[in-house]
Amino acid sequence: MPAARELVIALEMSAAAGLVGSIAVMRRMALASDALSHVALPGVALALLFHFDPVLGGVAALVVGTFLVWALEYRTRIPTEAVIGVLFSAALAIGSLMTSGEDLLEALLGNVAAASTFDAVLGLATAALVIVFMVRARSRLVIRLVSADLAETLGVNVPRLDLLYLLAFALTIALGLRYLGVLLMGSLIIIPATTGMYLGRSLRSMQIIAVASAMGSTLAGTALAPRLGFAGGPLIIVIAASLFFVSLLGRRQSRQRQLT
Amino acid sequence: MSEIVSTPETERALVVEHLSVDFDDLQVLRDLSFSVDRGSTLVIIGPNGAGKTVLLRALIGSVQSQGTIRWEPGTRLGYVPQKLDLQRNLPLTGLDLLHAKAHVSGSAESEVVDALQLVELVAPATERPIGSLSGGEFQRLLLAFALMSRPTVLLFDEPTAGLDEPSTHAVYDLLRRLQREQNLTTLLISHELSVVYEHADKVLCLSHPRAYFGSPAEVLTPDHLREAYGGGVRFHIHDDAGR
Repeated sequence: MPAARELVIALEMSAAAGLVGSIAVMRRMALASDALSHVALPGVALALLFHFDPVLGGVAALVVGTFLVWALEYRTRIPTEAVIGVLFSAALAIGSLMTSGEDLLEALLGNVAAASTFDAVLGLATAALVIVFMVRARSRLVIRLVSADLAETLGVNVPRLDLLYLLAFALTIALGLRYLGVLLMGSLIIIPATTGMYLGRSLRSMQIIAVASAMGSTLAGTALAPRLGFAGGPLIIVIAASLFFVSLLGRRQSRQRQLT
Repeated sequence: MSEIVSTPETERALVVEHLSVDFDDLQVLRDLSFSVDRGSTLVIIGPNGAGKTVLLRALIGSVQSQGTIRWEPGTRLGYVPQKLDLQRNLPLTGLDLLHAKAHVSGSAESEVVDALQLVELVAPATERPIGSLSGGEFQRLLLAFALMSRPTVLLFDEPTAGLDEPSTHAVYDLLRRLQREQNLTTLLISHELSVVYEHADKVLCLSHPRAYFGSPAEVLTPDHLREAYGGGVRFHIHDDAGR
């Protein structure tokens, strides 16, 4: 049943987004993640131009972009955020030059109906890969975000870990290209993770909240979109953002209760 | 790239020969040679920008260097970095950090409890986000992190920077106790000359144009200090300086 299949991939993608995002917001990479998502655009545009799968084009551009970000950061010592900022602007400009109109809108906002069986298998495998990496590397990533030097003393290869994390990030964005598009996938990584960071009191509670918020938004957005006559991608992000604002109010009220 | 190998010499925990570190066109450390005996304390001093932190980072292999760094076979390093730039609302507790280390280094979970007992850090401090800990609590947490998996050498970068006087004394008392109980070799960066007199077996004074290495009495001479810090430094020699 295609609808159930799409839902499974979407939920798996959301779980990956919550896990990747929780490390990203703790590493202050929130803006960088949004920017990195745009690096997919020239690849999507090239795919549309030469009539091959836009997701493959996006993945290829993201992987190339990730290696560029990583190499530039280590060679020039310019912070990741600045390097990604430069690449993002260039990628957006190149992508816009190569595509236009409806094609561009689809690349920017996604189109679930366009997903093929190949996309589905690729999506399931990629999401599983990202989730396994994020769970297995969690301790190393946590120590690295506190201090790269502390990680070095434990024998962690920090440049390699950074590269693998950026690749996991890029693959998560690639996962969402079909469902949310270039513009919105960065948001699904960052918004639920920010909610988790605001409400969580420990790493475990933060990641549980981030993953639950991402999966809940995706589930609700997918279910409500046809009934309300909205596109699924933007609705998912609106729900995720609403959960974040509700969390702000909830936390404030719980603090006030503690004070009285 | 420097050669980081284990030293066969029996009494030496560390031997460094002709160590240099360059950042692009800037030479931070030049042709540095010194050694540290097992169980002893080396205090590294020098003005701001002399390369003290860079030296520790080169010793742990975190920055590229030229020359030779030889650690005794079986050396396990515990590193306590200088104050870290962490977000205050980071949802990461002290226990999260220590459990992460236990996981990465393959230590038993019981070592988390042992390390916290050693540094006398208890709940609820261990269950609070690390960004909300006081300076003294955070230093104890970093020390607990370094002491897990039983290091033989402790590298400590300005352990009391930003701490008030009681916390400063508490950290040094703790260090002294740990060194006595566990026979740790300690490399310590400090700006306080009183710390050098009180704790150092050997002193490495990094300054331009040259570095000085030897006992406190040999290194902390008025001429050497004037050369390192300029004319503004005020000091007096303690009676027990040559211990």
